[in-house]
Amino acid sequence: MADAALFEFLHTEMVAELWAHHSDPGPGGQKMSLSVLEGMGFRVGQALGERLPQETLAFREELDILKFLCKDLWVAVFQKQMDSLRTNHQGTYVLQDNSFPLLIRMAAGLQYLEEAPKFLAFTCGLLRGALSTLGIKSLVTASVASLPTCKFQVVIQKT
Amino acid sequence: MSSELFTLTYGALVTQLCKDYENDEDVNKQLDKMGYNIGVRLIEDFLARSNVGRCHDFRETADVIAKVAFKMYLGITPSITNWSPAGDEFSLILENNPLVDFVELPDNHSSLIYSNLLCGVLRGALEMVQMAVEARFVQDTLKGDGVTEIRMRFIRRIEDNLPAGEE
Repeated sequence: MADAALFEFLHTEMVAELWAHHSDPGPGGQKMSLSVLEGMGFRVGQALGERLPQETLAFREELDILKFLCKDLWVAVFQKQMDSLRTNHQGTYVLQDNSFPLLIRMAAGLQYLEEAPKFLAFTCGLLRGALSTLGIKSLVTASVASLPTCKFQVVIQKT
Repeated sequence: MSSELFTLTYGALVTQLCKDYENDEDVNKQLDKMGYNIGVRLIEDFLARSNVGRCHDFRETADVIAKVAFKMYLGITPSITNWSPAGDEFSLILENNPLVDFVELPDNHSSLIYSNLLCGVLRGALEMVQMAVEARFVQDTLKGDGVTEIRMRFIRRIEDNLPAGEE
């Protein structure tokens, strides 16, 4: 059983390494690094999703699945539940974490606002990957108004 | 589920590095470097949580690494074997390596040291407690060996450099 701290250390180092490797000074550079991190998170999210016990897969409604992500998945990955879940009941969900563990080590407030997206990309992919395994295609983005609070926006894609 | 998060993430990382770098040697170096960066910070977390005191010799260090550190972070307790006569080298034997669950090395990556991050972590962490060491894999279950073996070699004690003017 790998300790949660080890994952956090690995994540921080991954962000540093991949950012350095995939960034180029041009305007496209930043996007490329974020999508590399997001892609990795997606594959991990898919794999985690595949390891879920079968009962959890018999969801009746989309909202149940989102609640599952906010509770079970978040606890399994971050040892805490998501702090709030809101929806417009039309396929858009906003998941808010008031003290997101991957942002906790950075100073609270606005100092690292610019850096925050790098630390959220992997997790956005993780959510998108888990949803994918549960049969839902989505777009997941994250926003930070003030560390360590962040919001994940999940928009369900109708196929 | 959480126990697999690290393993899966590590696998995704190695996969990405194999795409980013042209050859296995470069990936190995990158894993070692990343491990080192993790190790120099991990040691503080370890010391804070484990409450172990200063190790008096390399044998104590070996015990702490195998029985406390590996247990704390990876949930396994490697055995310590093959001490050199001078007491400056030993092996950590991992019956099973959690990093390689679900992993198979493709044929075109025979030089890849998949778990090389661990060597960097050990090196970085020990450097922060004044020990220069070398850590390398000498056996790897991914390559068909029966066990995974990390060889640890003590190079020298790192003396603190006092600023000029201080005794």
